[in-house]
Amino acid sequence: MTELSADEVGILTLSLRVAIVSVACSLPFAILVAYGLARASFPGKTLVDAIVHLPLVLPPVVVGFALLVLFGKRGPIGGLLDEWFGIVFAFRWTGAALASALMGFPLMVRAIRLSIEAVDRRLETAARTLGGSRLRVFTTITLPLALPGIVTGTLLSFARGLGEFGATITFVSNIPGETQTLPLAIYTFTQVPGGDPQALRLSIIAVLLSLTALAASEWLTRRSAHWQGDDRR
Amino acid sequence: MIDVDIGQRLGGFHLDVSFSAEAPIVGLFGRSGAGKTSIVNAIAGIATPERGRIRINDAVLFDAERRIDVPPESRRVGYVFQDGLLFPHMDVLANLSYGQRLRDARERFIDEARVVELLGLGGLLRRRPRTLSGGEKQRVAIGRALLAQPRILLMDEPLASLDSARKSEILDYIERLRDELAIPIVYVSHSIAEMTRLADAVVVLSEGKCLAVGAVDEVIGRVASEREPDHDDAGSVLDTHVTAHDSAEGLTTLAFDGGELLVPRLDAAIGDRVRATVRARDVSLALARPADVSILNILAATVVAIDELPGALVVVRLAVGGSTVVARITARSSRQLRIRAGLELHAMIKAVSFDRRSVGYA
Repeated sequence: MTELSADEVGILTLSLRVAIVSVACSLPFAILVAYGLARASFPGKTLVDAIVHLPLVLPPVVVGFALLVLFGKRGPIGGLLDEWFGIVFAFRWTGAALASALMGFPLMVRAIRLSIEAVDRRLETAARTLGGSRLRVFTTITLPLALPGIVTGTLLSFARGLGEFGATITFVSNIPGETQTLPLAIYTFTQVPGGDPQALRLSIIAVLLSLTALAASEWLTRRSAHWQGDDRR
Repeated sequence: MIDVDIGQRLGGFHLDVSFSAEAPIVGLFGRSGAGKTSIVNAIAGIATPERGRIRINDAVLFDAERRIDVPPESRRVGYVFQDGLLFPHMDVLANLSYGQRLRDARERFIDEARVVELLGLGGLLRRRPRTLSGGEKQRVAIGRALLAQPRILLMDEPLASLDSARKSEILDYIERLRDELAIPIVYVSHSIAEMTRLADAVVVLSEGKCLAVGAVDEVIGRVASEREPDHDDAGSVLDTHVTAHDSAEGLTTLAFDGGELLVPRLDAAIGDRVRATVRARDVSLALARPADVSILNILAATVVAIDELPGALVVVRLAVGGSTVVARITARSSRQLRIRAGLELHAMIKAVSFDRRSVGYA
């Protein structure tokens, strides 16, 4: 009963791979966008902010459909990526990762942006007068001090990616072993007669996974606050 | 040599100053809002003036006409901020070495061991900034700025957030730096006591303008008393040297051009030059030499001028030998004694009006 079947292990590892890859690939962009929104002032900033937040408010199906149109094999971006780099998203697990990354992006950017805004800019100024270039100050002062937000944003986006359903099924369909992540598998079992016990088992796995991510987030946030000198000895 | 000639508009505030000064410690003096911080920010490259030039020795850091604006990280200007601004995610050692690692070995003139020794940081190296006291933070901030191998050190009210015991401790350390390292310091403060104790040359600022530049004893005695006469610490500075100690009485005798002063026992050697600040409010006047008074310092003086202040007070400028002493008395006393220019009288100063803050090594 507690033993996981080979199929279940396959679904679980695929889901984790999709979520991890989506988070790992979107983190650098999220930090860049968050820094830009927090610190730079440029024309069209409000528009960029709105576009970043779009996946949060749009129906996921719309996001999936947009991905299908843009990143499909014959789409304007998907076609070029295939031609130049041989990267294909359509109906592949990489497409599921892309969909997850996009849906989790606003959560990630929000958390990181807030923590960058909370960093005392005068500390950055002090580091500049000590000889630090902009890039060096960013990596040695801004980023470490924004770490709690980066951790929170990453885990929020990770959890969001594990649960991603609408955009994924629209963009890369529901292919067992390739794009059938945990939520898609649960959905599939609910659609076949007698699949409820299977759906229940997978749901319990999903709950445990989410709780683990939440606990890890709490622990890491506390660790990084401690590491930042928030401790009182 | 510090050469500043800059103009900048910040909202309604217009900064327009020009001065050059060459001294171990140059003081920027003025009330808050006078433009002191704007000037040090411009020197550090944190703020960009609209016009003008900034030069430290031979290095041009800013020149609007020639479109030179060296970025802050390349200026080699050490900045000690009012509240230290230590990096909270690093321990003291990492804070200290942050700037040092970024400088070329050729540019190094001071190493970590020396800074740790000079500022007494040995026991703090593994501590986090959060666990340090205000004075310790400020010492680490000074050390961090020094280790970035600056050609000049800017200190923006470094004592502002400290209690008076810590203040005098940091002042001692700054004096050590001045004496042991050949690094020019720009010291920003609104405190006359700090200026007279530390600065050699003073730039007096008011509302974004430069009122006076000069040696501290001239400028603080004259300008500070004229322009900031209602300041409690306003007064004159006497250039003195130690001539005798009286251990039994706990007194030290200081000689200056105009006479002698008795002050509470100083920790200084005979012959040492000492700068003594005589606050205007501590000086009282008598027409005849008084007898049977507790006041130890009675100096023969001649009235040079009388300046009226708002609030029924006058400032009487006195010549005592070749020195200037100012007295702040009520207009009523001035009338009763018929004080006028040229009058000869006696200035009285209580020995106890001198304290650790008003007497410092020159």
